[in-house]
Amino acid sequence: MTSDESWIARAKHRGPRTLADGSAFMLAVNVAAFAAFAIALPDFRSPANLATVLVSSLPLLLLATGQTFVLVSAGIDLSSPALVGLVSVCGGLVMSADVGWLANHPAAVPVGLLAMLATGTAAGAANGFCVARLQMPPFMVTLTTAMFAGGLAVWLVHAVAQTETLFNLPEVFLALGRHGWVDGPLAVGAAFVAHVILARSLVGRWLHALGYNARAAYLSGVPTSRVIVCAYALSGLFAALAAVLLTARLETASPSHGRPLLLDVIGAAVIGGTSLAGGRGSVLWTAWGVLFLAMLGNGLTLLNLSDFVITIIKGLVILTAALLDQWRRHWRTTSASVADTVIA
Amino acid sequence: MSTDLPRSPSPAAPSAPDARGPAVPAVSWESVSRSFSGVPVLRRVTLQAYAGRVLALVGENGAGKSTLMNILGGHVPAESGALRLGGLPYAPRTPHDARAAGIAFVHQELNLFANLTVAENLHLHDFPRRAGLPWIDRAAMRARAAALLGQVGLHLAPDTPLDRLSTGERQLVEIARALGTAARVLILDEPTTSLSTRERERLFTLLATLRDRGLALVYISHDLEDVLRLADDVAVLRDGEVVAHGRAADFTGHRLVSLMIGRQVTQLYPARRDPPERASADRPDELGVPRLEVRGVSEPGIVRDITFTLHRGELLGLFGLMGAGRSELARILFGVYSAASGAIRMDGRPLAGGPRARVRRGMAFVTDDRRHDGLCLDASVTDNIMLATLAACCRTPARLVHAERVRATVRRIREAVRLSRAAEERQAVRTLSGGNQQKVVLARWLLAKPQVLILDEPTRGVDVGARAEIYRLVRDLADSGAGILVISSEIEELIGLCDRILVMRQGELSGELARDAFDRARLLAAALPATAAAATGAHS
Repeated sequence: MTSDESWIARAKHRGPRTLADGSAFMLAVNVAAFAAFAIALPDFRSPANLATVLVSSLPLLLLATGQTFVLVSAGIDLSSPALVGLVSVCGGLVMSADVGWLANHPAAVPVGLLAMLATGTAAGAANGFCVARLQMPPFMVTLTTAMFAGGLAVWLVHAVAQTETLFNLPEVFLALGRHGWVDGPLAVGAAFVAHVILARSLVGRWLHALGYNARAAYLSGVPTSRVIVCAYALSGLFAALAAVLLTARLETASPSHGRPLLLDVIGAAVIGGTSLAGGRGSVLWTAWGVLFLAMLGNGLTLLNLSDFVITIIKGLVILTAALLDQWRRHWRTTSASVADTVIA
Repeated sequence: MSTDLPRSPSPAAPSAPDARGPAVPAVSWESVSRSFSGVPVLRRVTLQAYAGRVLALVGENGAGKSTLMNILGGHVPAESGALRLGGLPYAPRTPHDARAAGIAFVHQELNLFANLTVAENLHLHDFPRRAGLPWIDRAAMRARAAALLGQVGLHLAPDTPLDRLSTGERQLVEIARALGTAARVLILDEPTTSLSTRERERLFTLLATLRDRGLALVYISHDLEDVLRLADDVAVLRDGEVVAHGRAADFTGHRLVSLMIGRQVTQLYPARRDPPERASADRPDELGVPRLEVRGVSEPGIVRDITFTLHRGELLGLFGLMGAGRSELARILFGVYSAASGAIRMDGRPLAGGPRARVRRGMAFVTDDRRHDGLCLDASVTDNIMLATLAACCRTPARLVHAERVRATVRRIREAVRLSRAAEERQAVRTLSGGNQQKVVLARWLLAKPQVLILDEPTRGVDVGARAEIYRLVRDLADSGAGILVISSEIEELIGLCDRILVMRQGELSGELARDAFDRARLLAAALPATAAAATGAHS
C-alpha cells in the first residue's frame, strides 16, 4: 500500500512509461551515473573518494529528508537552508568557549544540542502554523522565514561576538563530525526513521492524502492543520540536525552554513521523484536523489570543471527532473481517461 | 441612454421582422442528438427559435437544456443532426465560432472578472487596438462601453471596478457584453435566480426591448411564472426530448409541471422496489432518541430557519432545485460551514466542531462532487477507502499502519460494496468509472459505521447497475439503525428510496411528504418558486 511499492501495480496498467517512475528508476539512474563516472575517472572510484562523496552528502540528505515531508503535503519549505545558519549560531552562542552562555560548563553540549533542535523545530512549526492556520501560501511564508532567520543569525553573531563566526566549540561536540563514524549512522538513522514515518505511520499516510486532495482529507476527518504543522516542524527539526552536523564538521558556528544548499535540497527531492504537486513522495526516493547529486557534483569536479559549469549542469538536471514530474502527472491523467472507458 | 431605440423597430411581430420573411427561424436544431459516456442526453431534438421572439426552455435538472444550449454555443459538438442559423448550416467548433456567428451566452454563473473594470469586462474578447498595434485604445474602449451600458440602461462610469456592482448590475453588464458582440441570438440561463424583484423587473423590460429590436432570445428558467410572462414560445424538455413546443399562451403552470415530470420511471430506478414496507409500521413505538435534531438553523443568505428531525433507521430525502441551499445545509450539518443561529443535536447531545469532531461522533458525509472533494484521485483505492478509519488499523504506541490489517479490511469492504474486480487495490482511483469511484467513497464511510450519513447527490454520474448497489447499501445501513439524509435533484430517486421527503426552496424548508403521500407533482410544486407552486394548486 505504500507508494514506493505501488509502481508494480501501476506498471501493469501503464506499461513501459512506469519505468520513469519510482525507486527502480532512481536505482537505475544512480547505477548508470556511478558506472559512467567510475569508468571515465579512476580517481572517482577510489575508496577514499567514494567515502568523501557519501560523507559530504549527509547534510543534504537531512535537509532533503525534511523537505520531502513538506513537498508531500503539497507545500514547499524554502527556509530550511537558512534555518541551518540560525540554528548553528544558536548552538555556538550556548557552547562556544569564547562567548558562549555556558562556556566550559559541563552541561554546555547537551543544552546546546537541545537549544539547536528546539530552535529548528520551533521555526518549522511557526512556518506550519502560518500555512495551516493562517492559510498563507507556503512559498511566501517560508521565503520570508528564510530572510528573517538569515538576518537574525547574522545580527545575533554581531551583537554578541562582534564577528562573523564563533569558534572554540566543545571537543565532545566536535567529535560528532569527525570522520563520519558518528554523523554517518546518525544521519542515515534519522533519514530511515523519517522514511518509516512518511511511508508507514498514520501521520505519514495522512500527509500523502492531504497532499493529493486537502479538501477530501479534511472532510474525511483528517486533522489537516495539525498534520501540516507536523510536516513543517519535521522539516525544521531536520534542518537543525543538518546544522549540528555542519557546525561540528566545520568546527565553527556560522550564519552562512547551509545557505548554498537550497537548490540542491529541492532538487534532490524532485530528482528522486517526489512531486511538486504534492501527494507523491518518499524519503527513500529522496535519498537516491541526494546520492545522485553528490556523485554528479564530485564527478564533475574531478573532471576539472569550474563551479559555474557544475552549477549550470546541476540546474539542467533538476529542470529535467521537474519536467519528468510534469510528464508523470500528464501520463497519469491521460491514461486515466483511456482506462475510464475500458473499465467502465 | 444615448443609443436607446432610435430606430424603433416593428413591435413584436410573430416572426422575424427582417427581410427573410416569417418562415426562416433564427436558429433551428434539426434532429440533434448527443450522449455523454453512453448515456443519451439529447434525443433527436428538433426546435426553432425566431428573431423578435422569446423562446423559453423548461425542464427538470438533467433534462438536456444546458446541453442543447452548449451545442449552440460551441462548447459541445452534436453527435448527429444539424444546426441552422438564419437558414444557413452552422457547425461551431469552439465558443469563439459561436460568438463570431452572433450567438451570445449569459451563463448562470456569471463569466465576469471582479478585478477588472466594467469597460474591460465588456471588451475581454476584442480590446480596441490603437492602429493595429498591441496597445489598447482606452478612450475608444470607454466610449464604446458607455454606449453599451446605455443600451442596457445601466448608468455607470465605465471605469467602475466590477466588484462594486450588485449581482443584478453584473447581469446587465453581461448582457451588454453580449450586445457588444453584435449578437443575433441571446441565450440566458437562469438569469433571475440571484436577482431582487426590482432588478428582475428591470431585466424583463430590457429583454422585451431587445426582443422588439429583433434579437432571438432563448430563456432557460425554472421559474414558470416568469416563463409564462416573458415568453412568446415555450418548449418543454424531458429526458432529452422535446415533449411540447408551442405558443406560451397555450400553456398553464399546471400543464408545464405535468409535462416536465410525466413519465413512468420504475424501470430506470430499480431500487424503487427496494424500500421495506415496515418503515412506516415501525415508526410509532421504535423512534427513541432521534439520530439528528435540527432546530431553527439559519445562516443569512444561505438557509433560513431549518427545523427537522432524522430518526433511527430512517431514510430522509431532501429535494430541491439547484441553488435551493441543500448542499449548503449539508455542509452546515457536517460542520464545514458555520450557521449564525440554531441548534443541531445528534443522539440527544449537541453537535459542535468541524468535520473531524463530527466524524468522531459517528457522522459521515458523501459530497456532491467526489472528484473535487470526495476522493484523492491520484491516491490508491486502498488509501481512499482507509482515509477516515486508518487510525483503527494502527499499532498504538508509534501509530504505525498495520499493513495486514489494512489489507484484510479493504478486502472485506470491497466485497461488501461489490467494487469491480478490475479495480486493483493499489490502482489510482482516477482510473475507475464513476460508479466504482462512488463505491470507494461509500466504502470509506461504511467502515466508519456511521450513525448519521449525509449523501449529497449520491448517484450523480453513476451508471444504473452501480446505482442499484448504492441504494441497497444505503438501505442496509438504515436498517441497521443509522439515520440517513439523501439530497437529490432526482425526484424518482427520492421517491424510490426514501421513507420521508423534505423539500427545500430558496433556503427554506417548503414541504414535507410522508411515504404514503409521495407525489411527483407535489414535490416539484413545493420546490419551484412560490408563485409557480400556487399555479399548480398543490400544497406549499
